[in-house]
Amino acid sequence: MKKITKYVLTDILRNKIIIGYTIFLLLISMSLFNLEDSSSKGLLSLLNIVLIIVPLVSVIFSTIYIYNSAEFIELLVSQPLKRKQLWGSLFTGLAGSLAFSFFIGIGIPVLLFAASATGYIMIAMGLLLTVIFVAIAMFAAVIARDKAKGIGLAIFLWLYFSLLFDGLVLFVLFQFQDYPLEKFMIVASALNPIDLSRIMVLLKMDTSALMGYTGAVFRDFFGTNTGFIIAILILFSWIVALFWWSLRKFIRKDL
Amino acid sequence: MIIANNVTKRFGKLTALNNVSVTCNKGECIALIGPNGSGKTTFIKSILGMVVPDSGFITFNGKNIVHDWKYRSHIGYMPQIGRYPDNMTIGQVIRMMKDIRADKTGKAVDESLIKEFGLDQLQQKRMRTLSGGTRQKVSASLAFLFDPDVLILDEPTAGLDPLSSEMLKEKIKSEKEKGKLVMITSHILSELDDLITQVIYMQDGNVQFHKKLSDLQKDTGEEKLSRAIASVMAKN
Repeated sequence: MKKITKYVLTDILRNKIIIGYTIFLLLISMSLFNLEDSSSKGLLSLLNIVLIIVPLVSVIFSTIYIYNSAEFIELLVSQPLKRKQLWGSLFTGLAGSLAFSFFIGIGIPVLLFAASATGYIMIAMGLLLTVIFVAIAMFAAVIARDKAKGIGLAIFLWLYFSLLFDGLVLFVLFQFQDYPLEKFMIVASALNPIDLSRIMVLLKMDTSALMGYTGAVFRDFFGTNTGFIIAILILFSWIVALFWWSLRKFIRKDL
Repeated sequence: MIIANNVTKRFGKLTALNNVSVTCNKGECIALIGPNGSGKTTFIKSILGMVVPDSGFITFNGKNIVHDWKYRSHIGYMPQIGRYPDNMTIGQVIRMMKDIRADKTGKAVDESLIKEFGLDQLQQKRMRTLSGGTRQKVSASLAFLFDPDVLILDEPTAGLDPLSSEMLKEKIKSEKEKGKLVMITSHILSELDDLITQVIYMQDGNVQFHKKLSDLQKDTGEEKLSRAIASVMAKN
């Protein structure tokens, strides 16, 4: 498994898109920290990049990469290797290199300019989101044989988690505003890794006071240590469940 | 050595393999013949575990291949259309395969085909720049590289120039004489005459017959394989 991961990693790191992505993140985070007068404002602006751009790039790059490695996969499947190892190596390679780019591009500037609890949480959430969206991409790529369909599915899943889901939750909230929905909100936010990450970061920021009653409910649940551990566990189970599902599909796939 | 037992595979409505049962033993050289789309490649791919059968099972040296992967270290496979990572060079692909496989078999590698085809002079060429024939040469060299007990060759000479295809045939012959199991599909029947010992004829996913070449010649009264197959096809 190590050997194949090594080949995947060297292949990805030679890729110009990954280098471009790292530089892009680095430029954005540096300029944001230098433009804003306080580092917490810089963090808040950076939060939107972490929640929108990072998952988008992770999901699209990974999907395209998996489709472009069709030859590589086909070549290795006929060799004495476990399919599990092959898929695991692809996942490790993609998640590792994208997480590395994120760490260089956003992690290091945050550590330099805003080394606070909020900053650490944001780096952790960004890393987890990167890995989750790599897993989503591999899931989309294994389901759809057709490249266009697969990339479409991946983009749709990103759109769902970053925009549509919030719309649906808001819709439900307005329809049932006469009922107590705090518990529902907590469960709903756990069903979306982007929302969950946003809540985890915002709770550490001063702005969480602006979130009103729902914010207080979130603070009561996710603000505690147990809540924090539960949130991290939920994010990890997203990774494990998605990867496991795609692995099961891949093992049965005809090549 | 390889036993397929009632293997069935469907792709949607199409039945690619229908209750295929075949036994292949050491030292045999088997020609897998049939019209386009008769399931030859699907059968080969299910032996390699690239296609998972819907029902039935395949054993390699008495072991079911479903959850096994080590058995593939005994197989050298040459695909019909060799597809390789575009931005790797020939040298990198060969080194990668050695890296992945060499230590598992513990045997010395057989680089004679690489030298005969002159691939060692093309080491730096990227795979995407290769012609179909050179790609075929890479596939063939990789199939023979690890001195495997079983060789599965899917249309080995398609796209090769006469000289290279003659080299490849000589190589196949010499490996056969070492007592290996060789399985070949080809549409150029005339080149199979002096290679094979057995014939499997497939049509629409069914195995029509599996006979020794000598028996087939006796039954049809034809000396040449191409004529013998033609008379069988005419009867169907």
